[in-house]
Amino acid sequence: MEVPILKQGAFLIATFQAALSDADLNQLRMGLVQQVVKFRSRAVIVDVTAMDVMDSFASRTLREIAHMIRLRGAETVIVGIQPEVAFAMVQLGLTLEGVATALDLEEGLAYLNDKFKTAN
Amino acid sequence: MSAGEIRVAINSDQDIVAARQKGRVMANELGFSTGDATLIATAISELARNIVSYARKGQVTIKMVNGLNRQGIAVIASDDGPGIPDIRQAMRDGFSTSGSLGLGLPGVRRLMDEFEITSQPGRGTIVTVKKWRQ
Repeated sequence: MEVPILKQGAFLIATFQAALSDADLNQLRMGLVQQVVKFRSRAVIVDVTAMDVMDSFASRTLREIAHMIRLRGAETVIVGIQPEVAFAMVQLGLTLEGVATALDLEEGLAYLNDKFKTAN
Repeated sequence: MSAGEIRVAINSDQDIVAARQKGRVMANELGFSTGDATLIATAISELARNIVSYARKGQVTIKMVNGLNRQGIAVIASDDGPGIPDIRQAMRDGFSTSGSLGLGLPGVRRLMDEFEITSQPGRGTIVTVKKWRQ
């Protein structure tokens, strides 16, 4: 399953679907980092609104994506974690420590715009 | 009977997705809340992943169960894999032999109401978890 990656100015927006397999997630991890390099993006927003299950593999992949993108000098914001998904993650003991999160796409964009405005 | 039980063969990471989706559908049909259905689907995902990571193949059975005066869902993940030599160790947070996160089993126990594991080295592992409808 292909994850659409949208270029919006200096940012990239990747929208996750509900039924991503491990192979899809691995592919996305590589794809996103390559795109960040290609477009010299400043930040990536990963929209997980449609994800109905965030298990250990998915959250580890998200952490790895954020880490790789940080090494590249860009920022990652995870947006749209659903309340019941957040609850299940906490029960499972999964964390996204060190990764910025925001309520939804709009908030994520506002956070990044604010951040890069003050930085410039 | 046929409506109350689903069996999903687990042979690849694609099957993990299929198993958790079927589990969610069944949880919804049994009247579980969206929140509980998410916990059940997440537990299925972790159990099916353990099968793929450690035993390579196995199966997940999802079925309706009746308690004294309550109804619930049971998930049975079974495989003929290498088994777990030390279950107590495997039930501790942070323990892993496959380089994964290693909080699969204790986490799954927290997601569900009941948790039971039997494993024989060289013979396989059966994990049975249940959640009762509130």
